[in-house]
Amino acid sequence: MRGAGNDEDDAAVSVRGLSVGYGKHVVQRDLDFDIARGSIFVIMGPSGCGKSTVLRALIGLLEPLAGEVLFGAENFWDASPEQQDHLRRRFGVMYQGGALWSSMTVAENVGLPLSEHTSLDAATIRRLAELKLALVGLKGFEDFYPAEISGGMNKRVGVARALALDPAVVFFDEPSAGLDPLSSRRLDDTLLALRDGLGCTMVLVTHELDSIFAIADDAILLDPQAGTLIAQGNPRELREHSTDARVRRFLLRGAA
Amino acid sequence: MSETTPAAAALTTRTDDTRLVVCPAGAWTLAATLPASPAALHAPEPAGVTRIAFDCTGLTAWDSRFVVFVRELEERCAAAGVALERDDLPQGVRRLLELADAAPERAAESPGGHERAFLREVGLQVIAFVRSAGELIEFTGAAAVAFGRLLRGRARFRVLDMLRIMQDVGAEALPIVSLISILVGLILAYIGSLQLSQFGADEYVANLVAIAMAREMAAMMTGIIMAGRTGAAFAAQLGTMTANEEIDALRTAAIPPMEFLVLPRLLALVLMLPLLTVYANLMGIVGGAVVGLLLLDIEPLQYLVQTRGAVDLGDFATGLIKAAAYGVIVAVSGCLRGMQCGRSAAAVGAATTSAVVTGIVFIVVCSATLTVVYQVLGI
Ligand SMILES: Nc1ncnc2c1ncn2[C@@H]1O[C@H](COP(=O)(O)OP(=O)(O)O)[C@@H](O)[C@H]1O
Ligand SMILES: [Mg+2]
Repeated sequence: MRGAGNDEDDAAVSVRGLSVGYGKHVVQRDLDFDIARGSIFVIMGPSGCGKSTVLRALIGLLEPLAGEVLFGAENFWDASPEQQDHLRRRFGVMYQGGALWSSMTVAENVGLPLSEHTSLDAATIRRLAELKLALVGLKGFEDFYPAEISGGMNKRVGVARALALDPAVVFFDEPSAGLDPLSSRRLDDTLLALRDGLGCTMVLVTHELDSIFAIADDAILLDPQAGTLIAQGNPRELREHSTDARVRRFLLRGAA
Repeated sequence: MSETTPAAAALTTRTDDTRLVVCPAGAWTLAATLPASPAALHAPEPAGVTRIAFDCTGLTAWDSRFVVFVRELEERCAAAGVALERDDLPQGVRRLLELADAAPERAAESPGGHERAFLREVGLQVIAFVRSAGELIEFTGAAAVAFGRLLRGRARFRVLDMLRIMQDVGAEALPIVSLISILVGLILAYIGSLQLSQFGADEYVANLVAIAMAREMAAMMTGIIMAGRTGAAFAAQLGTMTANEEIDALRTAAIPPMEFLVLPRLLALVLMLPLLTVYANLMGIVGGAVVGLLLLDIEPLQYLVQTRGAVDLGDFATGLIKAAAYGVIVAVSGCLRGMQCGRSAAAVGAATTSAVVTGIVFIVVCSATLTVVYQVLGI
């Protein structure tokens, strides 16, 4: 635990001594970091280093082997099931492929969390879904089924759905993977604008350097050999000032 | 993110010459109950208002609920020809409104009719039935060609796959086939005995059960069980593979899915369904015997003699030919629907349902056809 009193207030999510893995196989251990409120935070690292595994522990899908995941002052993994559900409503998640519910239209996908967790009437939910879809550039696609729109659009609907409940924290797993450079750029711009508009905290898992340098305020770099994080800070500054050869190699595409 | 209840949302307006100033106050959030909008907002025009402005000094919290409110107001203003000034809205709200206004990168064309009128639906169903008969025959033909290649040793076919599928569709189906067949035997014998005992012809229950099982019921019940158990599994398996582009990957690797995936399943079912039917015959006759021995007091030996007198190998053969045909139908409808599957989880569900329905419908059609054929041939 850190001593500083207002540390807790500034951090949307705090991770303390987190170790994650599967059975006896520890993927990442002893992670300590704070995700500042309103920031765009990136978990980066080469493929297979355990980014998704760490993310699954943060969003409550995989119980960590040790450590705490704190939302404000509440430890997710110590909370009762009801408290966990309550915490889940305060964050949104966008999955790698969109993970849209294929039997529902795009607007129904975005509206489902609203109709399950608020007492709003159907017309208001529809208006909110239209707004969220317009925010990600999908005005007019409300009544399409996920199979009827492209992969990049599916991802954007995934973003809109993650934002449905106006969460305080939004998690993204590889948001720009599989997108062409232009769409990926557009998605980055959208995320920045959404963060500025909604004031939410965004946590991204990615290894796309262009995107990392464009939008990240803060980042951690996970290393598969070390099995823990080897650098923490603003990625542009890390690129310029880090003395660790592994960090420079990753951030300069091996050109260090 | 404090959990204290924020001030309730309120809405007032004041006129400032030709400007109407809207003053939202309190928390305008998803959890809030919004106030009814003041009359002035419903009819800005008659009051001589030409502009609407905001005063958000009283607004303590907002989220997309407030943005939706502003957007709705903006739409109404646009329709009434009144200008709306965004300048005094919170910075974040302005940013979101601009983002939402940005032209979508591609205009949506209509998603195509999802609404269905009754007559249209009936017509579509009829067309779908005729089409599925054609598809089934075409697919069977393609499978036969693949089988021809297999006989000439030129098919990409893995015997191990087939053996594994045979175990899955054969041995592992024994419990359910036993249960259903014994029950069918029991029911036939019981219903039959109610009628036959009126004529004092109790021992003919054995004949009834044996003939019914051998010629019709064993094959039919096993076919239907297999349609539900195995046809559905084939459709779900191949459907998921289609959805994941695994089938496309086979095609581009120059491995015909017809030989690699369909043929082992087809052969496994065509071999195992008649074998299961033999077993179902035995179980059905055992079920009939239970009623005969316990309820009707027929001697075991007499029941056996009566049964042997009722059916000959020809009767069993007619049933087994049907069983083989049902095997083709179940395998083909399962694989066909799987390979026609769309690219989503919902499509896999639809493919599975469709495989079972197609399987059962064509089992019944085939059973009727073969019965007539047997009649004509005098078998
Ligand atoms: N369900 C699982 N069971 C066991 N090991 C897993 C599982 N998922 C991932 N792993 C292992 O955990 C490690 C990290 O995987 P992952 O978190 O997916 O990496 P990344 O997202 O950084 O590419 C890999 O070595 C992988 O083999
Ligand atoms: Mg991953």
